[in-house]
This record gives sequence, C-alpha cells and structure tokens, in this order.
Amino acid sequence: MSAPSPTPLAQNTPRLVAAFGTIWRFVLVTMMTFLGLLAITFFIGRVVPIDPVVAVVGDRAPQDVYEAMFIEMGLDKPLFTQFAIYVGDVLTGDFGQSLSTGRPVIDDLKRFFPATMELATFGILIGVILGVPMGVIAAARAGSWLDQIIRVLGLLGYSVPAFWMGLVGLSVFYAGLGWVSGPGRVDIFYDGVVPTVTGVLTVDALLAGDTQIFWNAMSHMILPASILGFFSLAYIARMTRSFMLDQLNQEYVITARVKGVSEWAVIWKHAFYPIRVQLITVIGLSYAVLLEGSVMIEIVFSWPGIGNYLTTALLTADMPAVLGSTILIGSVFIVINRTSDVLYRVFDPRSR
Amino acid sequence: MPAGHQDGAYQTWHDWLTDDAPASKMQASAGQYWAIARAFSRNPLAMVGAIIVGILIITAIFAPWLAPYSPTGQNLQMRLMPPSADNWLGTDELGRDILSRIIHGARITLLIVVMVAAISAPIGLLIGAVAGYFGGWTDRILMAITDVFLSLPKLIMALAFVAALGAGLENAIIAIAITAWPAYARIARAETLTFRNSEFIAAVELQGASNLRIIGLHVLPLCMSSTIIRVTLDMAGIILTAAGLGFLGLGAQPPLPEWGAMISRGRSFILDQWWVATMPGFAIILVSLGFCFLGDGLRDVLDPRQRDGR
Repeated sequence: MSAPSPTPLAQNTPRLVAAFGTIWRFVLVTMMTFLGLLAITFFIGRVVPIDPVVAVVGDRAPQDVYEAMFIEMGLDKPLFTQFAIYVGDVLTGDFGQSLSTGRPVIDDLKRFFPATMELATFGILIGVILGVPMGVIAAARAGSWLDQIIRVLGLLGYSVPAFWMGLVGLSVFYAGLGWVSGPGRVDIFYDGVVPTVTGVLTVDALLAGDTQIFWNAMSHMILPASILGFFSLAYIARMTRSFMLDQLNQEYVITARVKGVSEWAVIWKHAFYPIRVQLITVIGLSYAVLLEGSVMIEIVFSWPGIGNYLTTALLTADMPAVLGSTILIGSVFIVINRTSDVLYRVFDPRSR
Repeated sequence: MPAGHQDGAYQTWHDWLTDDAPASKMQASAGQYWAIARAFSRNPLAMVGAIIVGILIITAIFAPWLAPYSPTGQNLQMRLMPPSADNWLGTDELGRDILSRIIHGARITLLIVVMVAAISAPIGLLIGAVAGYFGGWTDRILMAITDVFLSLPKLIMALAFVAALGAGLENAIIAIAITAWPAYARIARAETLTFRNSEFIAAVELQGASNLRIIGLHVLPLCMSSTIIRVTLDMAGIILTAAGLGFLGLGAQPPLPEWGAMISRGRSFILDQWWVATMPGFAIILVSLGFCFLGDGLRDVLDPRQRDGR
C-alpha cells in the first residue's frame, strides 16, 4: 500500500473529486487483494494436494467415479479457466459443500460468524476503553513506574499464547473463584430459547426482552472477551503512548502550558484531539487482528464461532470448510485493513 | 587521540578499538562492533533479552545432559504428580517429567525459529532488493504480491497451508515461513530505495558489475541490520504461531515435547492438575519476552531512527 506521490494536479482539484479518486483507488486495491486471497486459496485447494480428486472421492473410488469427478471438478480445463470458474463460484457464494456437516459451507459460515463477531466486538470495546486511557497516562507520565508497568503489560501482550491464557483464566476465574461461567456461549438449558434474529445472542436476548439469558450470556462472554481485549489493549496502549508523546513534544502544547491551561485540558483536549484519526486506524487494525486471534480463544472456550468451525474442519481434512472460513476471515481482514487506511487518508489532510 | 598511535604503539586493546583513525579495515569494523557491544551492554532490558535467548540456545544444545529424566520415558506409577523435589515441575499424564520435556522442547522451539528465519528472511530480502533495485514494473508486481500477503491474516493462512500440506513439524515451519517473508521484503525495498541512486552504486555499475553482483554484494549487506532487528522482533510472533499450531495438533507430533502440544495435552487436566498445561506456557512466555527485549534493544543500538517513543 505504498502511497503514490500525489500529482501536482490533484492538489488543486476540488476535495470531492480527490475523495472520489481515493475511493476508486480503494475499490481497485481491495479487489486486487481479494483476487490475491482467492489465488492463494485456489492454490491451496487445487494445486497443493497431490491429487485433488482423491481428496474428494477417497483413494478406493472406482475408475469411472474418479473420472466423472475429474470432469465435474473441471480439472480437464486449463488452470486459468479453472481459476476463473472458482472466482465466479466464490462471488456467487458457492464455497462448496462441507464434508463433515453435509451442508453448503456458506450456510455454516452464516450460522457461525455472528458468534465470532460478538466476541471480537466485545473484546475490542474492552481493549479501547482500557487501552486508550492507559496509553495516554503512560505518555503523560513517561518514564514513571506507571509507564513501566504499562510497557511490560504491552510486551506481555506480544509474548503470552492466547490459548494458554484462556486455559489459565478458566481454571482461575471459573473453576477456582467461580466468578464467571464456563465454556460455551450460554448455559445449556438456555440454549435455543430465544429466537434467532441477528445471530448475536446478547442482542437477540435483549430483543426478546429476556434479561436473564442476556446476563447469562454476558457471564459466559466476559472472560474470553477480556482475554481478547488484553491482546488488543497491548497494541492500542503502545501506539497511543507513542502518538501522544509526539504531540506532547510539540510547541503548541508548550504554549498551552505557558498560558496556564490545566494539565488535564492540555492532555485530553489539546494533545489528544489530533491523534484520534491515527487511533481509528490502530483500532481498526487491532479489530482485524482480534477476529483472527479469536480462533484460538474459541477453541479453548468451546465458542461456537468461525474459529471452532475452522479448526474442526482442519482436523477432519474438510478442505471446502477450511478454505471457506479462510476466505471469510481473510475478506473481513482485507476490508477492515483497507477501510482504516482510507479513513486515515480522508481525515488526515497531511496524508493527501 | 594522540598522534603516537599512528606508529601502532597502542597501550591497550581498548585504545586499539577506540582509535579515531583506524589503520586497517579490520580495525575499523572491530571498533564499530566494540561500540555497538558497549551501547548494547548499557541497555538493561536488551541484556535480559540476550541472556534469556542465550539460555535457550545453551539449553537446546545441552538438553540431554541438562534434563534430569528422559523426555519420552513413561512411568505410569508417577503420572500427574504435582511439582516436588524429584520432579520440579511435576509429571504429565504418562508420568513423564515436565521439566525434562520442556528442556528438550527448547530444541524444537529453536529449530522452528531458526528455520523460519533462514527460509523467510532470504526470500524477503531478495524480493525486496530486486524490487527496489530495478523499480518500474518489476517493483510494482513484486510489491503487489507482497501487499496481498501482508494484508492477509497470518495465523489463518498458516492454518490453511498446514491443512493442505499435512500436519507435522516441517510443514508447520514452511507454513509459517510463507506468511513471514513479506515484512522483510518491504524493509529490504525501503532500504534499497534509500541508496539506489547513491554514488557508490553508480560507481560499481560503471565498473561493469552485473546486476546479480550489485544486489548480492552491495545492496543486500546494507539491508542486513534492519532485517536482523525485524526478524528478532518477529521471533515472539513466530514462537506463538508455532505453539498455536502445536496446540491444534497441526505442528510437531507426539511424542515430540513441543511446548504448544504439551499445553494441549494438559488441557484435559487443567482443573485438577494445573501444572501440566501451565508450565510449558511459562517457557513460551519467557522465551518470547526474551526475543522482544532483545529485538527492542537491538533496534535502539543499531537503528536509533526507528525507535518509537523514547
């Protein structure tokens, strides 16, 4: 995503046209990246297995079944034609049939994705609510013991395995202290009670007016979401600190201090205001990373999301399901990545 | 420095190393390493990191002599024993000593880290240097590929590649390396662009050096220090991804004492025999933190420009 140097002409064109150009570039690059993703999944699904037909029909299939499948999968066509057909299939939502659930992969993905989104969204909320103030405080008190603690917390976020933290969290807060509910999304006797509207259980429970189920679901979610939040917190706090330090060393901050503006106002009004655009980018990126990180957390907490679906598929060599999940997570990742990039360009005049 | 040094009359090694006017190329580079080592040793976190990584390497080399028991020797009478004087970190569900397994696991962790770096760094360096050196369409195409890989989720891609290649240590290493190279390509390209048009490159070109020679002997060596920093900083992520693959049963296969796989086996006993899953986790955290500290320290010493914050 190397920024092309803006042509002299672009600087004089009206802002609307410039914004349009940005959006056009955004769409183009996003589509290129998406094609790249599909090329990789195509490569993994068709080229890497020694014999993709055997992967589908098994190695004891009779010759005629094998040949029928060979033709049906389009393997007699040139590789490029095969890829074009593949792209067409994916764009129309045809990810093939899951070998283990027996349903079309797209239906499975629709069923499991809301749970993952719910967890990741809750996690990023925790990460932002705690991480941004921590970063600001660390910058305001740079070099103090508070800053050191926040720095160590941040480094831990890069070195603790998420699944390990999940296991330890379960044994301490669920088995030991009994503060939270155990694995799963909701207690077993509440399962399937509220009608599915959005697929996000907490929202569905509220829509159905069932606060009991809502709080039960929350007590299941708080631990995995906090652990995910911790990992995004580490990154958000580190970046916030670095952005704030840049601002606090600027002359306008000194001016404000000399004028006698209170320290609180200097930090939160003067210095914090300009960094919010950069923060949006950071938060967007960590949300994308969180969606990915939730894979490991979902396994530990038996959370019925994409991560669980993907790993179950991995262990049963269910390639359509594996590649379908990969495409879904990859696409969300790409869109969030590109959107935060373009938001940054639109809102920050310096980057134009 | 006094002029007397020109005669080679150095009083001590220290004088020789810190001479302002080194007489030979060897003296100059020795002096440079000396300065780097001094700056490094004054950075406490970096030293902690270096010590941790040093311990990892020593443990891996001397594992059979350091481990009190065999990593695979089962003793069913001693299964799931809590930490004690005999088994410092307790035993697992087959009565194997966890400390011995962690010590032997250091070999696997080091192997993964070294192999991933040895595969992905040269690929990334070469692609980046070629893109930056030739520019134009070569640059555009190579960087488009790099950007595609960069904007994909690493863990998910590694999972998908392992799924296709089959579970196992070698395939896990290949899968992680495939997802790790783009960062190095970007760094190498950025570094190459900064001196692409400088005079020493033009001078070598005029002398008739081939492109291969210029890239190999003049461009790549200058990209090394920033790549080393980045590789060290990435080590923690590589260790975590490898442990994640092991945890899922896609990495090193039993009975290999891979740390992630050990945590996975301890998962069933987490409520009553907490040490089985917890202890290997501490090993992962310690080693990852060590690489983080070391990388941060190397960046401060080798490349003060990149320091974020203070």
